[in-house]
Amino acid sequence: MKDISKSVRKVDSLIKMSGEAKYVSDIKIDGMLYAKTVRSSKSKAIIKKITLPVIPEGYHIIDHTDIPGKNFVKIIFEDMPVFAEKTVSYYGEPIMLVIGEDKNIITDIISNIEIEYEEVTPLFENTNSAINYHFTKGDSNKAFKNAKKIIKDDYDTGYQEQLYIEPQGMIGYIEGEKVTLIGSIQCPYYVKNAVISILEAEEDQVRVKQAVVGGAFGGKEEFPSLMACQLAVALRKIKKPIKLIYEREEDMEVTTKRHPAWIHMEAAINDKNEIDGLTAKVAIDGGAYIGLSGVVLSRALIASTGAYTIDNIEVGGDVFLTNTVPNGAFRGFGAPQMLFAVEMFIQHIALELELDPLELRLKYLAKQGDATSTRGKFRDPIIMNDMINKGMEMSDYKNKVKKYTEQGIYKGIGMSWFLHGCGFTGSGEANHIKALVKLQKDIDDKVTILIAAVDMGQGVQTTMKKIVAQILDIPLDQVIYNKPDTDLVPDSGPTVASRTIMVVGGLVARATKQLKEKWVDGEAIIVSERYKQPEYIKWDEDNFIGDAYPAYSWGVNIVEVEVSPITYQVSLVGIWSVYDVGKAIDERIIMGQADGGILQGVGYGYLEVMKNVNGKIQHKNVTDYIIPTTGDTAPMETFLMDNPYPLGPYGAKGAGELTLVGGAPAVALAIENAINKKVKSIPVTPEYIMELMKNG
Amino acid sequence: MAKIKFTLNNKVVEIEESPTARLLDILRDKYDFVGVKEGCGEGECGACAVLINDKIVNSCIVPLGTVEGKSIVTIEGFSKTKRHEVLRESFEEEGAVQCGFCTPGMLIASESLLNTNPHPTDEEIKIGLSGNLCRCTGYNMIIKAVKSASKKGDGLW
Repeated sequence: MKDISKSVRKVDSLIKMSGEAKYVSDIKIDGMLYAKTVRSSKSKAIIKKITLPVIPEGYHIIDHTDIPGKNFVKIIFEDMPVFAEKTVSYYGEPIMLVIGEDKNIITDIISNIEIEYEEVTPLFENTNSAINYHFTKGDSNKAFKNAKKIIKDDYDTGYQEQLYIEPQGMIGYIEGEKVTLIGSIQCPYYVKNAVISILEAEEDQVRVKQAVVGGAFGGKEEFPSLMACQLAVALRKIKKPIKLIYEREEDMEVTTKRHPAWIHMEAAINDKNEIDGLTAKVAIDGGAYIGLSGVVLSRALIASTGAYTIDNIEVGGDVFLTNTVPNGAFRGFGAPQMLFAVEMFIQHIALELELDPLELRLKYLAKQGDATSTRGKFRDPIIMNDMINKGMEMSDYKNKVKKYTEQGIYKGIGMSWFLHGCGFTGSGEANHIKALVKLQKDIDDKVTILIAAVDMGQGVQTTMKKIVAQILDIPLDQVIYNKPDTDLVPDSGPTVASRTIMVVGGLVARATKQLKEKWVDGEAIIVSERYKQPEYIKWDEDNFIGDAYPAYSWGVNIVEVEVSPITYQVSLVGIWSVYDVGKAIDERIIMGQADGGILQGVGYGYLEVMKNVNGKIQHKNVTDYIIPTTGDTAPMETFLMDNPYPLGPYGAKGAGELTLVGGAPAVALAIENAINKKVKSIPVTPEYIMELMKNG
Repeated sequence: MAKIKFTLNNKVVEIEESPTARLLDILRDKYDFVGVKEGCGEGECGACAVLINDKIVNSCIVPLGTVEGKSIVTIEGFSKTKRHEVLRESFEEEGAVQCGFCTPGMLIASESLLNTNPHPTDEEIKIGLSGNLCRCTGYNMIIKAVKSASKKGDGLW
C-alpha cells in the first residue's frame, strides 16, 4: 500500500493558473443587475427619516420592509438584523440595497439618499457584557490563599483582518419561487438555513452553491449569510439575477474580524516555586452583535492553560458588545489571543522567579492522561517532548537564545508550544451539526463524494479524493468531488474548526469502506454515514466540564528575528515548525498550510495593525493594513510527526488552524529576547517597541 | 468617449470607451478576460496584474486611454505560451497554488521578472514578486517555484 501522505498534484491548480477558475465576481448571468449597500454613517443612532431621490425606471430599493420572515441573520442568536430598521448600532451597518443595471447610476442614487439620524451616545468601552462564562478545575482559591507569591500580568491583542485576496461576493437568481445563491462561502448550509429563515421559505425553495473561493480564513464562515439574506429578499421582489460584490474598502470596513482581547492572568506560586494555581480573566470585543462571539470566547477560555497542565485553575470571561463592526470567525477562533497570553505569561513567571524558562515550561507540559483545562482527559499520546527537541535542534534554539539574551544585539529567538482542539467545541458535532456524508457510485464505476465541505484553497478537493481513491484502490480521476450544491449534497457541516479532514474525512473514509464491501462492478450504489460521538466523550456545556474536543493537534513554532536598533523595525530571519496533525493526507498540502498559517500568525504578532477610532475602522485597504509580502517572509522549515489518531482517516487530525495559533507568541517571544523587555501586547510594532525601550 | 486601439493577447483590437475607464474593468467586462482579478482596486495587491509591453502593470490603476498602441497580455493570453507551461509545472510541483486568486497575478509577475532577469536569486525573486499579495502560502513555495522555473526554462527567457 502506498503512503497516503505522498503528495499528488492538486486537482484544481491548472484552472487556477490559466485564469479559467470562476470566482463569484467572474460569473455573469444574462439580465443581471448589480447591488450596492447603503450603510449607517453613525455608530449608534435612531433613524428619524429617510428621503429617497427619484428612483429611475429599472432601479430598486430593498430594505427591512421587504423581508417576509423575521428580520435577523440566523446563526445562533436572533440579534443581528439583515437590514437595520429603526436604529443603527455600528458605523457601516446595512440599511438598504440599491439595485439596478448600471453601477454608476446606483452610486448616484446612493449619494442622493438622505438619512436623518438622532444620534445616541455610542458605547466603545467593555461594560455591556452579553455573554459570561466561568469554570474551574481543582481548587484555585486554596492555591491562591496558600501562595507564597502571586504574579499578575495583563495582555492585550488587536484586531486582525482575514484579508482573503478575493473580497466577499454573492450572486443570485430566481426560478419561480426558488432562490439560488452562488457565493464565496465556507458553509453552504449556514447560508441556506439563514435564507430559509429570512424568506420563511420551504426547504426546497432555497439552493446554495459554492463558487471557487479566493481565500476565507473564517471570514467567509458566518458573514456571507448576511449578504445572502439581503440578496434573497431582493430576488423575491425584483425577480432578476443580482450580483453583490464588495470592494476592498467596504469589505475591510464592515466584515467580521478577529476579536480584540484583553486578558488578565494571575499565578499562585507556592513555597517550592511551583505554579500551584492559575486564573485567567478574558474580555473580548464582540462588536455590535453577538454572532459567533460566545463560541470564540469559549475556545479562548478552554485554551487558558495552553499546552500545559496546571491543576488548579479558575477561568472566566465576557463577550462585550460595543458600537463597532461585529467581530467573528477567524482561523484559530479565540485560541490565538489566549495562547499569546499563556505563552508570554509562563515566560514572565520564569523571569519573575529567576528560573530557566525552558525548564519551567517543560515541568508543566501536558502529558498523555493529564486532565485538560475542563477536567477532560488527554487520551491520545502527546509527543511534544520529541517535537520540542526536534524544533530546538532544527533552529539551534538553545545556543541562540542564550547568545541573544547575553549579548543584547537586537537579535532574538522565540519558541511557542500549543495545541488546537479539532472539530466543534463541546457537543457541537453531536448535538448541532450531526454531519451526514454520502458517496454515490455510478454504473460507470465513478465515485462521487457528496459533502458540503468547501475548498477555499486548503486543498480539500484533492485530499478527500485521495482518501476515497486510496481506500478503493482506484485512480484519483475515478473519484468526483464537485463544489458543493445544497440541492445535491447532504449537510456534512460547515468548513470550519479544523474539522473537515478529521470529522468529515473520517466519515468519508467510513463510507468508502462501506462502499468497498458493497462494490459490484457496473452497478449504481449509494452509501452514507452520519457522525456519532465516541461514547467516552462527555461534555457538560453549562459548566464546561469534560472533553471539550475529541482530539488535539499539537505544535511547536520557533521564530528568529532581528530588530533594528534605530527604527525598531522587526525583520524575520527564520521560522521553524514541528506539528503533530496525526497523519498528513498530503504532505505538500500540509506544508502549504504550515507556511501560510504561520505567516498569518506571525503577521498578527508583529505587523498587522487595525484600529477603530470612535467606531470607525481606520485601516481600509492593503495600503494601510499591512500584511506580510515576499519581502517580509523568511525561510521556513517544517517537520511533520506521525502520530495517527485512531478515529481520523488514516490517522489524520485537524491542521488548518494549528498552523496559525502559535505564530504570534513565537514572534513576540523572539522580539522580547531581542530587546530584553517584557512584551504584553500584539502586534509588537516599532512604536510599541520604542515605548518599551523608553519605559518598559 | 474615444476610440482606443491596442493589441490584446496578440490580437489588434479597437474599442470606443471613456479613456478614463479602468483597464481592469474593460478587460473583465468588455473582453471577458476574468482571469484578471480585482483584489484591492488601489494598485497594491497585484491580483489584476497584466503585461503591458512585456512589463507588469496593475490594471486597476491604468486608465484605458494610456494603452493606445501598446500590447497587453492577460493571464488568458500568457497561459498559451511555453513559458507559462514551465511556470505552471513548477508552481504545481512546489505547491504554490492554494486559493488561486493571486495566482494569475503571481504568474504575470514571474514572467515579467524572468523577462528582465532569467536567473534571479531568491532575493531578486522576492523583490520581483513583492507587489503581489498572497494570504494563503506564506510565499516560500511560490519563490521556490519561480526559482525552479528559471532553471527548467533555461533559454526560454
